[in-house]
Parts: sequence; C-alpha cells; structure tokens
Amino acid sequence: MKQLIEKHPLAIRWFHWVNFPVLSLMIWSGLWIYWANDVYRLGWGDITLFKFFPQSFYQAFHIDHKLAQGMAWHFVLMWVFFLNGLLYVLYTIYSGEWRYLLPTRHSFREAVLVTLHDLGLYKKPLPVRKFNGAQQIAYTSVVLMGLGSVLTGLAIYKPTQFGWLTALLGGYEFARILHFALTIGYVLFFIVHIAQVVRAGWNNFRAMVAGFEIEEVDPATHRVTAGPTSLPAADASLSSK
Amino acid sequence: MTDNSSGPLPADGPGAPLQSEAAVLAEARRRSRRSFIGLGLAGLVGIGGWRWLLSQPDDSGIPRPLRKALDANGRLSSAYFKQTRLAPEFARNRARTPRENGKYGLKSELDPATWRLRVQGYGTGQTQEFTLADIQALPKVAMTTELKCIEGWSTIVHWGGARLSDFLARYPLATRSGRPADPLNPPADLAPYVSLVTPDEKYYVGLDMASALHPQTLLCYEMNGQPLTAGHGAPLRLVTPLKYGIKHIKRIGTIAFADTRPKDLWAELGYDWDAGH
Repeated sequence: MKQLIEKHPLAIRWFHWVNFPVLSLMIWSGLWIYWANDVYRLGWGDITLFKFFPQSFYQAFHIDHKLAQGMAWHFVLMWVFFLNGLLYVLYTIYSGEWRYLLPTRHSFREAVLVTLHDLGLYKKPLPVRKFNGAQQIAYTSVVLMGLGSVLTGLAIYKPTQFGWLTALLGGYEFARILHFALTIGYVLFFIVHIAQVVRAGWNNFRAMVAGFEIEEVDPATHRVTAGPTSLPAADASLSSK
Repeated sequence: MTDNSSGPLPADGPGAPLQSEAAVLAEARRRSRRSFIGLGLAGLVGIGGWRWLLSQPDDSGIPRPLRKALDANGRLSSAYFKQTRLAPEFARNRARTPRENGKYGLKSELDPATWRLRVQGYGTGQTQEFTLADIQALPKVAMTTELKCIEGWSTIVHWGGARLSDFLARYPLATRSGRPADPLNPPADLAPYVSLVTPDEKYYVGLDMASALHPQTLLCYEMNGQPLTAGHGAPLRLVTPLKYGIKHIKRIGTIAFADTRPKDLWAELGYDWDAGH
C-alpha cells in the first residue's frame, strides 16, 4: 500500500538548493580568477596529460580577462557559501540528521558493495536505508571539502594575517593548489551525483524538493516493504522517538 | 548496517491508520506542486537579485553592491590586522628575479641624479624633498619575502631598503602636529592614509596607515643584493608583503597623506582598494 514517507527536512532542502547555485558561481568566478595565472596541469616532467585549461575552454565560455570581476564575486559569495555550509552542519547536529550522514565502521565495506552493484558486478539487493555507505562517505567528504575550500581560501586570501594557517597548509603556493584541486573535486562529485540522481529516479529526486517519497508499506505491520530508500525519520533504531 | 528486523516504519508510527492510496497520491500531487512552485519562485528571486545587482551603477569597474562588499571585507580585515603579524621570510638562496609586470608610470625618461622623493607634510601641506642618500642613511632593512601578484603567481625576492615607519619617525610629516609616527603607539593626529604617486602621475597607490607603518613595509632601493633596475622601479619603490604586487609602486615620485582613501589605479579598474593580506 503506497504511503508518503518523509525523507528530507525542509531546512536540508533549502541548504541544498542554496548551495547549488552559490557553489556553481564560486567555481565560475574562481575560473575567472584562475585564468590570470593558469599554470596547473596533470603530468610529470615535460609530459602534460591535461592542461588546466585549454585555450578553447576559456574562449568557449568567455572566461578570459575577468580577474577583477571574478575576485569581486568570489569575495562576496564566499560569505553565502560559508554561512550556508555552517548552518547546514549546525542543523544536522541539532536535528540528529548527522546520524544518517556520518559514515560508520560498516560504511566502507558497504560502499564497495554499492559501487560493485552500480557497476553491475554485485547482484544481491542493497540494504534499504536513507543513505547507504557510499552516500555517507560521499556526503560527509563533500562537507569536509567545503571546510577545506574555506580554509585554503582564507590561507591564500590573507596569507599574512592568517600566516599560521597558510604555513599549516604547506605555504601560499601549495594552499592555492589545494584550493584548485578541491574545485576539481566538486566537479567530479557533481558528475557522479547527477548520474546517481538520474539513476535513482523521480521519487528520489522529488524528495529533495518536496521532502517525501512514496513507498510501499505493509498495511499490517506499517513497515516499508519496497522502495529504493526508506525513512530515516521513522527508522526505529535511529529515531529519537 | 542497521538492524533490518526492526524495520523502517512510516513517520506516524504503527499506531496511526494508513491513508488510502488515492488520498496519498492526491497529497503527493499537492505537496509536489507546492514545493516545485516554491523552488521555481526562489530561483526567480535569485535570478532577479542577480539582475538587479548587475544593473546597479558601476563603482570603479564593478557594480556598487560588490564594491561595498569588498570595502566591508577590507574593514573586517583591518580590524583583525596587527602590526606584530609578519609575512613569512624565506632563505636568501630561494630568492629569484620577479616578472616585470607592466610599465605604467615608468615610460618617461628618468635621470637618477636629479630624482628627488617629494613628501607633502600632512599638517603643513608643504613639500619636502629627499635624495636617495637621505633614504639610504636610514637603518637598512633586508628581508626575503614572497611577492604575490594579484594574478595568482608569487616569487620569493630578497629586498633591501628603509622602513617607511623609520622614515616617518625620522621625518615626522605624517602627523598634523609634527610628532613622529610611532607604529605601536600611533599619535591621534596621524593621517589615516598615505598616497604614493610616480613622477609622471600615471601610477598611483593608496595605503592605509597601519599597513604603511608595518615593519615589513619598505622604501626599497635594492633587489636581490643589487640596486633596483629601471624595470623594477629605480631609484625607489614600495615593497610590502602585506599587499598584492599592484600596491608595490615603482619609481615613487610623491608621497602625501590624506583623510580619505587616496586614489588607486587598480582599484579604479575593479580591484579591491585594500588588496591586502
């Protein structure tokens, strides 16, 4: 019997949908800044596998000659990015949502199974939970990456006033590399995230907008019997009820 | 993994009766419609805000709200600023020759023999002239620091010169009363800003007084053990690892003091006036 099952609290949905455009604009303005000294590449010695970025990329998206505007946007939106992320973390602590998000000692083994399952190499059904081990690792990592972007950003924004932080992060040049690498990390996260959201389907996507999923519930026991994910707020072993 | 035997339950627990499927689907439609419209409106508000921001009058190369935010960031970092926080210094042998980035203010001929540093007293308004020998007579300070360009690159350079704070202690031109400008105990009538301009007035920089009096802010006449070359700002340039390279004005002609932020070439072109670290 189909029932509405609450999945994502309203606050989390707001944090998610505020973060999406803000992080996109942080990356975009970051590209405007990076263009002025685009020295990074993948490779070793004289061999370059990939240059960040090819000239055609800058031209296609009109990224060139926008350093001043890029810095202005970056140093305004950084506040929104930081405050939204901080409020999100505080909310997960306050609401108890962190219990679904933080990896446990089982998450890593489960993440391997999830990966094998998604690649079609593991056929048995996965555990039915709000977030599986792979998700817990991914969502926790991306929050830590956000913290990393804030800290490495501060280290290259104020390398004298926060000299201790810059030194801790390997110096001005290295902190800049880390700041850039984290950005590439978000892009990789985004690609996998979108692919998984598409794969998981409408019920799952709608939950991040409307908050609920429609699940098959056993009329006798009221337990969720089918569906891609289940209810955290109702998970008796985790619920505060 | 969680204990599946206890099983996930609907939010209202096993006690409440289940809704009929028709009611569930109707509620799903209602909530979906409300939420998607809400998200769409929020998106429109965001796009509207963005367009409003871009439509605002330009303030020195960027929309005024962005300029205000940059200035607020500058005030925040000035409030956090301390004279005792120093930029890191490096081993002398790591010093390299930095890129000569731009020739604004350096295009006219300059005769080093007739060059004078002109300083307008804050109180008197009268101009006093100094030779390079006057600057070199002040205690010489050498430091190996990172020159950080606003473009993103940095080079470690060994600089030699006199502290601007020593200059303003020896020649007390930055106060109305003519008292020396002690950085650790600044007099009340100290000018809040310093202006530095090339002899041809084509390049100009504004500095807050706290940065100007920082112990690593130098009137610099040597780079990597050699007198400055013309391209690097001979005979005298500013060096301050507290700021991006755009503030390291080459070939200083005139120094003056001001109550409001002096004009700054790159700040007029969209960059942060403070450009500080």
